[in-house]
Amino acid sequence: MRRTVPVVIAFLSGFVMLVSFFFNPDRSILGRIESEVLSWVSIVAGFSMLLGVVSIVGVNWRVVRDRREGWGYKAITLVAVFVMAIPAMLPVSWSPLFGDGSGSIYDWLFQNLSATMMGTMFAMLAFYIASAAYRAFRARNAEATILLLTAILVMLWRIPMGEAFLRLFSDKLPDIINTYVMNGVNLAVQRGIIIGAALGAASMSLRIMLGIERTYMGRG
Amino acid sequence: MRLSTRSIRPISAGFIAFPWVCGSVYAQSTDSSVFRSDRLNALVLILLFSIVVLVYTRWARQGKPLFIRKIPGLDAVEEAVGRATEMGRPVLYIPGIQELDEIQTIAGVSILGRVARITAQYETPLVVPVRYPLVLAAGQEAVQQAYTEMGKRDAYQPDMVRYVAGEQFAFTATVNGIMTRDHPAANLFMGYFAAEALLLAETGNAAGSIQIAGTAQPEQLPFFIASCDYTLMGEELFAASAYLSHEPLMLGGLKGQDFMKIILVTVILLGVILATLGWWPDFISWFKEV
Repeated sequence: MRRTVPVVIAFLSGFVMLVSFFFNPDRSILGRIESEVLSWVSIVAGFSMLLGVVSIVGVNWRVVRDRREGWGYKAITLVAVFVMAIPAMLPVSWSPLFGDGSGSIYDWLFQNLSATMMGTMFAMLAFYIASAAYRAFRARNAEATILLLTAILVMLWRIPMGEAFLRLFSDKLPDIINTYVMNGVNLAVQRGIIIGAALGAASMSLRIMLGIERTYMGRG
Repeated sequence: MRLSTRSIRPISAGFIAFPWVCGSVYAQSTDSSVFRSDRLNALVLILLFSIVVLVYTRWARQGKPLFIRKIPGLDAVEEAVGRATEMGRPVLYIPGIQELDEIQTIAGVSILGRVARITAQYETPLVVPVRYPLVLAAGQEAVQQAYTEMGKRDAYQPDMVRYVAGEQFAFTATVNGIMTRDHPAANLFMGYFAAEALLLAETGNAAGSIQIAGTAQPEQLPFFIASCDYTLMGEELFAASAYLSHEPLMLGGLKGQDFMKIILVTVILLGVILATLGWWPDFISWFKEV
């Protein structure tokens, strides 16, 4: 029973969504099922946030309680969770500092701490790209050398000064890079990967619907 | 309702996947009939694909030998876990950063179940940070079941799979923190990744971990290739669970997938020839945006 029921639910859900895809939502109830089910997914996901809160509090609290290594960071995490969440949940009628509107505690913390820290993380990407590019573009063999030369050409083509430099050799050079490198080799490879991935996703969906693939629910 | 090739509007590259995989890229119908005739080509292909997969699965069930090519990245998973065991360090596994309605996340959770079997066998610590509560629930179920099936139920800890943050870069910062503080011997990234892909992979590289990544996001693949020891590209991610299971029934699906690839390549070549010669333009309209 524990094995059969989830497989039946997975099959019916997948089948209904698949059928719904081929019917007009304005003319048939079958066509509207897809958007209806997707709304349910959002509602279920909203309620599941409680699971996340329980997990994050439980994991961090145990480290703080046992004074394990790095417990100070965990304590800061716990304080941050509650300082962000509690004022946001309190009604605005009690104080303009509550809720999540402009001028609230939540808004201030989000704009001045959370957003800036996330922006910093994203900005660090530039340095990581440099170190990864250094490793990837080392001309160790013929293939890596071709990659290096192609990368130099594409990078030059992408910036105005580089494009002006390329035009010194030939006015057509930037267009040649665009046509043959980006819209030629690069796009062909990307499409190959996308077609392969789409086939893989469809194959996996079919395995799930037929109950062959059950590892996603913990059964092998 | 009259159907002709002219009434069938072209659809995008994602048409071969099921609707929830890439629903947003489908063309909008202007047809007022109940059935979406503009999606007839997708229906034909889905039916053909289903038949091919079912035939191969049946053959696999009957015991016919099926050749599956080697995927070095997946063969390296056991080696990576073995290395972690020898070093006495944990294995870090990230099933992507998307919700459970993303097929790549489902693939990530499926592979997690296989990896958890290996970590259970070797009694290697496993750390799985996740970004969404539903992925947390599915991940805990998969890991718990794997440990139970391997007879190591006592070694399972619910904290192995943990929710760390809902925001993309807060999640990335937490995972980077785990990498630099706990020094996992192996980092496995399997699922949907976006801008954080390189931040995670480069941090793991700097920490000296053996890294295996798998994603179907073409934009992130170069970053993983530059920073990881092995990278599973596109379809290999979806094949991973079946490949690691070594079960003939699941491998049948992979063979069906390969057969469809041959059909598609043939159709593309035929389309190129017909387009070059300017013959039979209606044939091209079926696959115009593919």
